[in-house]
Formats: sequence, C-alpha cells, structure tokens
Amino acid sequence: MMVNRDSEWVRMFNRRAAVLAGGQAVLVSTLVGRLYYLQVVESKRYAMLAEDNRINMQLLPPPRGRILDRFGQPLAVNQQNFRVLIVPEQARALGETLEALSRIITLSEFERERIKKEASRKRGFLPVTVHENLTWEEMSRIQVNAPDLPGVSIDLGLTRFYPQQENAAHLLGYVAAVDEADLNGDPLLQLPGFRIGKEGIEKVYDMALRGKAGASQIEVNAFGRIIRELERNEGEPGADVVLTIDERIQHYAAERLGGESASVVVMDVHTGDLLALVSNPSYDANAFSRGLTSDEWKALSTNDHKPLVNKTVAGQYSPGSTFKLAVTLAALENQVISPEQTLSCNGRYVLGNYVKRCHKVHGAVNMTRAISLSCDSYFYEIARRLGVDKIAAMARRLGLGDVSGIGLPGEQRGLVPTEAWKKSVRNEKWSPGDTLNVGIGQGDVLATPLQLAVMAARVANGGLGVKPRLVRPALSAEGPDEGPVLPSLGIPDAHLAILKQGMFDVVNGPGGTTTASKARLRFKEPDRRDWTMSGKTGTAAVRRISIAEREAGARDPGELPWHLRDNALFVAFAPSNQPRYAIAVVVDHAMGGGGVIAAPIARDIMERLLDLDPSRKPRADDEQVATTAVVPPA
Amino acid sequence: MSDMGFLTARLRRGDMSAVEKLWQISWSFVLLLCIIASFGFAMLYSAAHGSWQPWAFPQLARFVVGIALLISVALIDIRTIMRYAYAFYIAVLVLLIVVDVNGVIGGGARRWIDLGFINLQPSEMMKAGIVLALARYFQGISIDDMGNPLVLLMPVVMLVVPFGLILIQPDLGTAGVIVMGAVVMFFLAGMRIWKFILIGVAGLSAIPIAWSMLREYQQNRVLTFLNPERDPLGAGYHILQSKIALGSGGLFGKGFMQGTQSYLNFLPERQTDFIFTMLAEELGMVGALSLLSLYVIVMIYGFAISFRARHQFGRLVAAGITSTLFFYFFINMAMVMGLIPVVGVPLPLISYGGTAMLNLMFCAGLLMNVWVHRDVQMAARGGFSEL
Repeated sequence: MMVNRDSEWVRMFNRRAAVLAGGQAVLVSTLVGRLYYLQVVESKRYAMLAEDNRINMQLLPPPRGRILDRFGQPLAVNQQNFRVLIVPEQARALGETLEALSRIITLSEFERERIKKEASRKRGFLPVTVHENLTWEEMSRIQVNAPDLPGVSIDLGLTRFYPQQENAAHLLGYVAAVDEADLNGDPLLQLPGFRIGKEGIEKVYDMALRGKAGASQIEVNAFGRIIRELERNEGEPGADVVLTIDERIQHYAAERLGGESASVVVMDVHTGDLLALVSNPSYDANAFSRGLTSDEWKALSTNDHKPLVNKTVAGQYSPGSTFKLAVTLAALENQVISPEQTLSCNGRYVLGNYVKRCHKVHGAVNMTRAISLSCDSYFYEIARRLGVDKIAAMARRLGLGDVSGIGLPGEQRGLVPTEAWKKSVRNEKWSPGDTLNVGIGQGDVLATPLQLAVMAARVANGGLGVKPRLVRPALSAEGPDEGPVLPSLGIPDAHLAILKQGMFDVVNGPGGTTTASKARLRFKEPDRRDWTMSGKTGTAAVRRISIAEREAGARDPGELPWHLRDNALFVAFAPSNQPRYAIAVVVDHAMGGGGVIAAPIARDIMERLLDLDPSRKPRADDEQVATTAVVPPA
Repeated sequence: MSDMGFLTARLRRGDMSAVEKLWQISWSFVLLLCIIASFGFAMLYSAAHGSWQPWAFPQLARFVVGIALLISVALIDIRTIMRYAYAFYIAVLVLLIVVDVNGVIGGGARRWIDLGFINLQPSEMMKAGIVLALARYFQGISIDDMGNPLVLLMPVVMLVVPFGLILIQPDLGTAGVIVMGAVVMFFLAGMRIWKFILIGVAGLSAIPIAWSMLREYQQNRVLTFLNPERDPLGAGYHILQSKIALGSGGLFGKGFMQGTQSYLNFLPERQTDFIFTMLAEELGMVGALSLLSLYVIVMIYGFAISFRARHQFGRLVAAGITSTLFFYFFINMAMVMGLIPVVGVPLPLISYGGTAMLNLMFCAGLLMNVWVHRDVQMAARGGFSEL
C-alpha cells in the first residue's frame, strides 16, 4: 500500500520510534524502581520521619511593657494566667466540643457565640481563646478529659494586671481584645487573646509597649505534639513606660475624694511633671483586661458620676472665680486700673440694662482684696474696661483654650471666647454682658482641670510657660530640679506679686474672713511652720439662676437635685514664697463652694505632697515595701 | 472487516462524514483518559480536605470541556490541521511575545494572559504548537533531504525562538519539555545520529554559559537537587518533605484523605506540582503504579497510532504528542521523587490547572485525529494526493 519512495522513510521511522519507545520504557522503569526504593525499601525510615519531622512555626507574643510611676512602682504589669484555646480545624465539630467543654467549665451562651464568630472569621488553623483565668482545678480537669476534646489546648499566657486597681484607671487606660477595626495585617493581632491598649497611656504608648513578635520553629509529630524546638527568636519585649506620676499622691488624692464626682491635677510648677491625675469615681481596669460582663458595663456606662470619663482632661468646666487669675493679670498688663485703686461694691453691678449681683456687699475693695474676697463687682468693672479679647489673650498665655500636649485620648481644648469666636461660631455680636460673665469665669469660658493646674503653675513659677508632662523623657534626666528650659510668658514680676498676694490672702487672709481660711497648711515643725499655700476658689453655677432666685438669696445646695448644684473649684500652689507644686481640684455639683469643699481637699493633698516632696526626695524604702506587698488576686 | 471495505476506501480518500468519524474515534482511549482524570478529581477532593471546592469541581468542569475539545479536534480534517499548522504555531508565538512583554512591564515572571474565565498560558500551548509545526515541515522530506544541513536550519529556528521566549519568562520546566519534544521530532524525521552527538557535545560545553544565565532561585534548585542537605529548611525542604510523604506512604498508602504530610500542609503546592506525592502517600505504591500503568497504556496507544498512520505528518504528530505527554509525567514524577531538580511541570490530567488540562485534551484530540484520519492520502506538502 505504501508508496515505494516512502517505504525507506517508514522503515527508518519505525526503527527510530521503537528505539524511542524503548528509551521511554527504560525511564519509566527507573520511576518504578525509585518508587520501590522510596515506598518499600526505605518506607520505614520515611514513616518515622513523617511521624517526627514536622516543622511548625509559632508566633511568640512579646510581653507587654510595664507602666511605672516616677519611682518605678508598678502601675501596670503582666500576670501569668492559664487559658483554654481551641483550634477550629482540629475540633471535628466546634459546637459539640464546646458543649463538652461547658460540662467542665462554665461557658455562657454569649461566650459560645463569640467563639463561633471568631472561629468563622479567622483561618481554621489559628487558635481561638475559649476561656481565660482558669483555676488549677479547671485546668487539670480539662487536661484529664483531653481525649474527648479534640483541638482543645491549655496555654500559659500573660494578662495585664493593674496593682493600683481603681486609682489610676483613667490615666493608665486599659487593654482589651483586638477589634476587627484594629486589624492591620500585623500577625500579632491575630494571636488568640492578644490585647491592645484601648484608653489612656495604654493606648497612647501602645506601639512602644507592644514590642515585636518573636517566632519559634518547632518540630511536631503527626499528632501535633512538640518534639523539639529548632530555632527561637524571642522578639523584643515591649518597652517600659515611666510616668511622672507618684503613685502615693495619686493613691492619696483618689482616697481623699471619696465618693465625689471630682478631679484632681497635681503638677510640679518647674518641670511640669504631673504627679497625680485623678478622676473620680473610677473603675477597676483589671475588669476590662479580663473582659467586662454586660451588667458591669451597664453599671459603669449609666452611672451619672460618669466613671468612664477622664474628667481631668475630658471634663470642661466653667472655671468660675479661678479665672480671675487671668483677668487680674490682663488688667495689670493693660493698666485699666491701678492695684491700689479701690472700687465700691454694694452687692450689685449695673451696666445699661444689665444688672449683675455680687455674692456679698464688699464695700471698697482694692485689687488684692478683690481677689481674696473674690468680689464679682470689682471684676465686672475691670472686665468691662478690658474687653473680652484682652482677657482671652492672657488666658491663652496661661494655658487655657488649647490642648496641653500630653496626648491622652479624649482631651478637650476648653474654650476661651473672643468677639471673633462668637461671630464665627454663633454668628452673633459680642455683647457687653458677655464680657461681664467672662470676667468672673462664667458664660462661655470652659477649662479642663488640667488647664487650671497649668494656669496656677504658670503664675506660681514666676510667669514661665511650663507644659505638663506625663512621661519621664529619659531615665538619665533623673536628678532633682532638672526640668526643661521654660520660655517666659512676659508677665512682669510686679504684676505676679500683686496676684500672688491676693491668692495668699484667699487662704491665709487676716481675721479668717476669706472663704478658704479653713484650708491653711498645718505644718508644726519649726522649719516648715511658716509654709503656706496660696490659691483661688471658684464656685461655678451649672444652671441659669433667675433674678427671683437671686433676690431670694443663696439657697442651700442640699435643697437642689445633685446635677443642678454648683461646681466647686480650687487652684493653688505651695509653698507660697517658693512654689514647688500646683494643684487644681474640681468637685462636680458639690455641697458647697470652692472654699468650703474644694480647698480643704487641695490642702490635704498639698500637705501630703510637701511631706513626700517627690520632685526632690527619693522614695523612702519603707514606703516601697508597703506598696509592693500588694498581692495580686489569684 | 470485509464489510467495512467501502469505508476503508472512503477513509483513504478522506471524505468521511462526521458520524463516520465519530464511529472511528477510539472510545476506549477516551475512557482511559477519563479514568486518569478521575484519579485527579479524587486527589483534588482530598487536597481540599474532602471538599469539591476549590479545586475538584472546577477541574471536573474543565475536563468536560476538554472532552468536547478532544472530539471536535478529532473530527477536523487532518489536511486542514496540516494547512493551518504554521498559522497555529505563529499565533502561539505572538501570544508568547505578548506575555513576555507584559511580564517585563509587570515587573516579574508572568506566564499567562487573563481571559477572564481562564488564564491562558501560551508556553503550555507551544508544546502542541512546536509538534504541529515541525511535523508540517518534515512532511514529505525524505531521508536524503535530511542529510542537507540547510533543510535543518529552518526547524532549528522554529525551535530556538519559542524556547528562548519561554526560558526568559522564566519557565525552565516547560522550556525543557519543548526542547525534548522537538528533539524527538528531529530524531524521528531522520536527522543523522552524529549530528545529535555533535549538538550534545556543544550543549555540554555551553553549560557554564547557561548556568550564568539562570536566575538565582533556579541555580539554587539545581544545587539543592545535587545536595538536598544543603538547605533542609529552604529550597531542599520541598524535596525532602515530598520524599518523606512518598516513603511514608508505603506499599498500600495511608488511605484516601488520610495523608498526614499533605493534610498538615507539609507539602507545597499539593494541588498542582506535588499532587503525585499526595497520591503516592495516600494510595501507596499500588496507587502510584496504577496511575503509572495508565500513562504507559496511553503511550502504547500513541505509538500504535503513530505506527498505523499512512502519512509522515500523522506519524510525526502522533509520536511527537506521545513523547511530549511522556515528558510531562516523567519530569513531574521524577521531580517529586527527587530524581531531578524541582521544575514546575504539572502531572498531565491530574494537576489542578486550566490551560494544562485543555492543552492536554487538545493534544489527545490531535492523537485521535491522526487515528481517525490514519488512512488519508496526503501529498508531500499537504492537501490531497494526486494519485
């Protein structure tokens, strides 16, 4: 059939194709031989290798950095805790395994839902935390029942512990589980039970505290049992954050406030170191670290004393008469009145249609007397002479109306109103009556307790622009009195002397006529007997007071519902002649004015402060022992 | 066969109807392919821990499309295929250039064109393209003509151009398969043996130059192959783990879906290049040999078709396709067994991958086409014979 001239080619092709097929057959038989070698001859060896030689990578969460007070006292540390994890991929049926687990430990319906949700969100081989803070008994019971609990494992983890419990909760903030919104591709965040800072210092310094993840390469056998560790990279533990806070002052101030809704800010007037930043009432940050129950959350979030708000930076108050510090300095700078000149107070102040009342009939008052008696009539008049913008300029120089720079979450700017501000925000013309209100720290003026403390500190230190500081810059800058170089605010010493005399008289005025005379320092030792505190009270109305009410005279605050009572404020510094510390106390809706309620609190804290003198004295050892003896709850 | 005499005469003329051609298709061969592919579906199902998604079902769907492709290709008149062999080759060549240029712009190795429903991989298509083009060229060239070096110049160019284009992608495995396929074509077409020896010597002496042209990761693969202990956690890890998986499978395997090595993710690419490892781990040497035997039967079919064809083109196409198929599974299996360096060559009909599957079914269609048209008379340069 084949054409002749092709037959030669066909013979050649058949010959060569046969050679080719033969070659391929040889190659196939090498495959067979290799299979035989691997799967029969060497099978046992490889079977053993398969059992033992399985390499796994595990991410090692770095221990979170501690938060310490200025003397190294722990404010936030890590504590070991046992927890149950479940790897959804290894648990044949997640629901059944959880059911079996709930017969050993209590698992709420809510927890089970959370676990299922988390399991569906993560990749199947990533463990999910089932329950934390196991007791020894629970742990051993789970381990005994391990064969019935596929995919369940026990893990030794670190949880955040706040030894001060409620005392610095707002300041420190807390750590909590990672939300979906926090996920940014960092594999650390995927680790079961990983916590990140959600508030306060924990949030601001989260990245530094967090550290870098390490990794461990381990060999596991076919059942996931760890054979040995091949390589371990520890990562970097989080850095410690050292605060300027003195835990003793913080603790004392919090106790002194008792059940009041109040805040205290204590500051070194030279360095700006914040020694205490107390917002009351508080909460136990440990509860957040372990996870709040819904009842606990409800109790915290609905409390009218607002325990979740850090009032020291997020609370905006009418500064009331404490604002007169700024008005006084503005009046002296702009020479609208001479300090000796007296004005007459007959209990009311009339300007056109405006009729303003003073809280008393003071008669003839000069500047220092006006400050010490907190005569509103006097300040109405000098405010009118100044105009609001000049007051505002001085208030800003003293640190009001802007954030402090310490960076705590939720910090508010406060408000220093000007004519331009009212025009642009409210589209209303500034009225002379507004100026009168500003003159006594009411109306639109708002300040945070932190800002009030800064204002007092700037007056106390001789007009230097000190800025509050919450974190110690570097450990080397440990020496006493070693603070930042402060810019001058350009306020003449003579002006400050007049203001300080007035503030001295507020507390130590002759005849005990002043409202805050009960707040004198009580040192008995010869070298400290003449130490005094200077301050300024404030009592700020939180409601509009009708003319009729004014005519009827002051009412007993006990007659009013809590939320309508006045706020009591007090700013102070001490010692008067050589100031070291400034303090601001704000008590919300107090049972009395700044002199009656806030000043004694400030006095007590100031005495403790001068006793301990944390800016100059190292911490005594007996105190240290007392605090470290706090045993964390099991 | 006597009552089929009229058919044989018509077969020779090549004017069969489509129904007659369908009758001629070797359905046992198609069944054989189905059995091999079923191994693949089962392993992909197991690779996904007992799920049809994400691999087994798409693979099944592609196989069904592939069967349709096989039948359609088998029914085309072989002379039409021969007429368009160069056109097909050039079209694939253009696609290769497009991919290379895009890859350069994209800043990395890019081997495919995204058509939306399928990622077209021109280097994969070139495996069939080079066989068709060379068979077309050698059709009608006698042994005497093969002695003339000028006759060999053109097909060498036809090989070198796509080889270079694929090598720079870089895709060492596919480039190798194409060269080997082409060498087989030259050999079967009657190139003198001493020329092979000459080229072989020249090739060996060019190894140092070729070495310097390899990317670092490719060099590492070769070095690691030569000494796997060199880097037990790096590049050698895959080979080592693959051998452990194979060896621990033993004679009868760990059982379907019971492969611990693959289950615990110790196997890289278990759905594509290392699927044979998984099969051998789970089904043991028995399963691995079964699959190997099926491939050998496919080879026997291929060579039988080649011997049976009455025209040079058909013989060359059938033998070329069969050899290409052989290189596919041989390289893949030898790689996972640690006989040759790790190169990315899929296991035919089993590894997950769209283009590879369709290309293989296309090749199988060409093989069937030769079978259906085995008796067609062809002129030296294609078209109808003037006998």
